[in-house]
Amino acid sequence: MSTRRIGSPWRGLGAVFTKELADHISSARMRLLEWLIVLTAAAALYGAIQGLRQTTASDPFVFLRLFTDAQAPLPSFAALLGFLIPLVAIGLGFDTINGEYNRRTMSRILSQPIYRDALLMGKFLAGLAALAVCLICLWLLVMGAGLILLGVPPSGEEILRSLAFLVSTLAYSGVWLAVALLCSVIFRSTSTAALVALGLWLFCAMLWPMLAPGIAQLIAPPDMLAVLRGGIDTHTLAWQQGLLHISPSTLFNDTAITLLSPATRSLGPVFLSQIQGALLGSPLPLSESLALVWPQFTGLIAAVVLLFTAGYVVFQRQEVRT
Amino acid sequence: MMTDIAIQAQNLGKDYGPHRVVHGLNFEVQRGEVFGLLGPNGAGKTTTILMLLGLTEATRGQVRVLGEDPWRNPLAVKSHVGYMPDSVGFYDRLSARDNLRYTARLLGILEAERDTRIQAALTRVALDKQIDQRVGTYSHGMRRRLGLAEILLKQAAIAILDEPTSGLDPQSTESFLQLIESLRHDGVTVLLSSHLLDQMQRICDRVALFRAGHIVLMGSVSTLAQQVLGDHSHSIQIEAQGPDLCAALAQVPGVARVHKPTDGHYILTAQTDVRAQAAQAAVLAGAQLRSLKVDEPSLERIYRQTFTEDQTQ
Repeated sequence: MSTRRIGSPWRGLGAVFTKELADHISSARMRLLEWLIVLTAAAALYGAIQGLRQTTASDPFVFLRLFTDAQAPLPSFAALLGFLIPLVAIGLGFDTINGEYNRRTMSRILSQPIYRDALLMGKFLAGLAALAVCLICLWLLVMGAGLILLGVPPSGEEILRSLAFLVSTLAYSGVWLAVALLCSVIFRSTSTAALVALGLWLFCAMLWPMLAPGIAQLIAPPDMLAVLRGGIDTHTLAWQQGLLHISPSTLFNDTAITLLSPATRSLGPVFLSQIQGALLGSPLPLSESLALVWPQFTGLIAAVVLLFTAGYVVFQRQEVRT
Repeated sequence: MMTDIAIQAQNLGKDYGPHRVVHGLNFEVQRGEVFGLLGPNGAGKTTTILMLLGLTEATRGQVRVLGEDPWRNPLAVKSHVGYMPDSVGFYDRLSARDNLRYTARLLGILEAERDTRIQAALTRVALDKQIDQRVGTYSHGMRRRLGLAEILLKQAAIAILDEPTSGLDPQSTESFLQLIESLRHDGVTVLLSSHLLDQMQRICDRVALFRAGHIVLMGSVSTLAQQVLGDHSHSIQIEAQGPDLCAALAQVPGVARVHKPTDGHYILTAQTDVRAQAAQAAVLAGAQLRSLKVDEPSLERIYRQTFTEDQTQ
C-alpha cells in the first residue's frame, strides 16, 4: 500500500503567509531594524551626494555612484546594505519555528488541516516579502533622493542595473533568512538560534576572508619557485578564490561591484592575457555585467535553496508535542 | 461510508528509536461517546493522541479516525477533529477574534461566515465580551475556553482534549466540564486525557487506563469496578448501637465480607449498593442505627488498585 500522503502540501499557505507578513510589518522589531537601515543609509547617501556634487559632471552612471561612493568614515550605501541586510534577515527569522514551540502554538496550528510544508514555506515567503518591501522602499528612497538632490534623472541602464542589484540583495537577504530559519528549526531556544545565526554571519563576513587564503595554502601549497620569483601560484589562487566564494558575503560583494560599477570587467585576479585588447575604464554593457555575476547570483539562489531544504528536512522529522 | 465508530485503533504502536512507548493498542470510540484516557505521565496518552491526529506516524498497526487514516490523509482527519493540547498557546499580541480568524483561514472557512462563526463560538464559551482583548491579557482559564472555542469554530465531529482542566480553579473547572458535557449533547465525540479521576468519572462514558504504553483496562466505570474490585466494589460503613451485627449483616444478599474495626462500627464490602438491606437487617437485629455511608466504586479506587497491584508485582 502506498504511504504517499493525500492532499496539497500548500493548503493554508496563503493564510500563513498573510498572517506572518502582517506580523512582520507591524512588529516593533521590524520597525526598529527598518529605522536602523534608513538612518544609516541616509547618512551614507548624504555623504555620497556631497562627493558627487563636486566631481561627477561627465559621469554617465552618476546615479549608480549613489550606491557605491563612500565618504569616510561612512561606508558606501551598497556596503552598508551588505552589512545590515543580514542583520534584518536574521532579526526576522531567528524565532520562526522555535517561537511557535515556545508560545505552545505549534501543535494547535498543525492540528488544523495543513501540512508542515505550508507552515514553513509560508513563514519563509512572508519573511522574504517583508525584506522585499523594505528593500524596494529603500531603492525608491535612493532614487527619489538622487532625483531631488542631484537634479538629473537616472538613465534606463542605471535603473536596470540598480534593479538587478535590488534583486541580488534580496537573494542575499534570502540566504540569511534561510540561515535564521534553519537555526530556528534546530535550536528550541530563540536566543541560541539568534546567536548562532549572528555568529555565522560574522564568520562569513569577517573571519572567512582572513582564513580562506591560509586554508588554500594548506590545501594547495604554492610552488616555492613561483613565489621566489615574485609571482603567484595559480593553483593556490584558484583554491583561494573558490574558498572565498563559499561565503555569501563574498558572492554579494562581487555582485554589487559588478552591477553598480559598470567598469568592472573581471572578478578576482586579472591576468595580462585577459586584458589584451580591452578598453580599460570603459563600461561593460549590462548583459556582460550580468553574465559576469551570473555564477555569484546563482550561487546565492543555490544557497537559499540548500539552506531552506536543510531546514525543511529537519522540521519534517521533528516531533511536535507542544 | 458513515459508521458508528469514530476512532478505531488496531495493534497501534509507536517506537522512538529503540524505545517502545506505545504497545499494540486496540480500542474503538463510538460516535457521540466521551472516552477518557487515564494514566500516569509517560504512559503513552499524548503519543496516542498525536497518532490519531497524524502528527506522528505509527510504527505498527493501524488507526482510523472517521474512517480515514490520519497519517495518509491528515487533512481530511484534521478538518473534522478539534484538538486542544495540554498547554494550549495562542498569539498573545493578537485578540481572540484575530487568533480565531487565523484558524478560520487555515480551515478554509468562507469570509462571509467567518465572523459569525467566531462570534458564536466565543459567545458559547463566554468570551464574547473579551473578543477584542489581546490574548496576552487572558487568564489560564480564559485561554482554555478559547481553545474550546476553536474546536467549536471548527464544528468538529471529534474533540480531543489533552488535560483540559489542569491548572484551573474549581469554578473554572466546573464551567469547563459543563462545556465539555454540552459538546456531548451536540453529538460530538470527545476524547479526553486527564489525571483528574473524579472529573473523568463524572463525564466519561468509558475510560482506558494506560500503563507503560499498554491499555491495561478499558470500559465504563461500573465494568472496571467489576473487573478490578470484583465483589468488593461497594464499601458501606455502618455505625450502630446495640447487639453485635456481624452475623446479621453477613446474611444480606450481595455482601461479600463484614469487618468490625471497633465496637459499633462495621464495614461491609459488597458487589452492589446494599444500604437499604443492611439498614433493614440492623434494625431487625435490634440495633439503633446512627449512620450509614457508602463508598461507591470510583475511578480513584480502580486506579489505585490497578497501580498498587502494579507496584506490588
